[in-house]
Amino acid sequence: MLHIVNKSPLQNGALDSCLRMAKAGSQVLLIEDAVYAATAGNACEGKIRAAMQNLQVFVLGPDLAARGLSDRVIEGVSSVDYGGFVELTIANPNCQSWL
Amino acid sequence: MSQIEVAGKSYETDEEGYLINLADWNTEVANYMAQTENISMTDAHWEVVNFLREYFEEYQIAPAVRVLTKAMGKKFGADKGNSEYLYGLFPYGPGKQACKIAGLPKPTGCI
Amino acid sequence: MSDVKKFMFVNRKAPYGTIYALEALEVVLITAAFDQDVSLVFMDDGVYQLKKGQQTKGIEIKNFSPTYRALEGYDIEKLYVEQESLEARGLTEDDLLVDVTVMTRAEMSELMDQQDVVLSF
Repeated sequence: MLHIVNKSPLQNGALDSCLRMAKAGSQVLLIEDAVYAATAGNACEGKIRAAMQNLQVFVLGPDLAARGLSDRVIEGVSSVDYGGFVELTIANPNCQSWL
Repeated sequence: MSQIEVAGKSYETDEEGYLINLADWNTEVANYMAQTENISMTDAHWEVVNFLREYFEEYQIAPAVRVLTKAMGKKFGADKGNSEYLYGLFPYGPGKQACKIAGLPKPTGCI
Repeated sequence: MSDVKKFMFVNRKAPYGTIYALEALEVVLITAAFDQDVSLVFMDDGVYQLKKGQQTKGIEIKNFSPTYRALEGYDIEKLYVEQESLEARGLTEDDLLVDVTVMTRAEMSELMDQQDVVLSF
């Protein structure tokens, strides 16, 4: 299953809810203001690193670039473009957008 | 949305005649805009128009008249950085008219 | 002049994900015409508004971050950033695209308390 989060982890509980619900082996894609969660030094870096023990974490590259943070992605998080976004949705049988 | 026709090409403008796409701008369009404002472009007019375009390029906004005046003074000296000079060139307001000719949106806060 | 009031704009949202940051900036630019004592505060995710190096071509939204550098020309020179918010995001003053005054949470709350009008975005 693909989980998509679009809210900043420091101002909204969507990422926490997502990480709590996501089963091992699931994929998580961070887009829009959720890309901040994938940046080194953010207070939730530890949370993301822990999640990567059994989840795959992706981040949408154009949203990172827009926010001036392309060079700060946490090691192990994969950056994808819009094409990669589409491929993730196709590769997974279902998908949950955490609003 | 409206359209203007300049040298066989059409350009989109808003209902007040401001260019929609900044990238559409060229000197023919500027001259056309000036004509609709009853202004014949001189070097002095171009200096202001080009300055506005540079300002926009750097800050991504059209400056308020007060800010334009101050910035003109800084770059070209006090005899050009005053509202008498600017209104002399653009009688209906340097913000309104010069921005239109420069292909910029109306300045934020300009009524 | 007794009719000058202290206006504080509090920016707490990241840019692009919502429209708040851009709206706040436009209101600030308009307010500048009224010669009031204006200050801008950036805290929580609002500090991300000032991050250097924003490139928005890929998301097809206008990059309005250069406009913060125009504020000085509008005589808006009081920009305050909360230190704790920067730290929680792995940012330092060097990551910001304008000169700001970095303040602790305690200093910030003191400053907020002194305002006549506080507008929150």
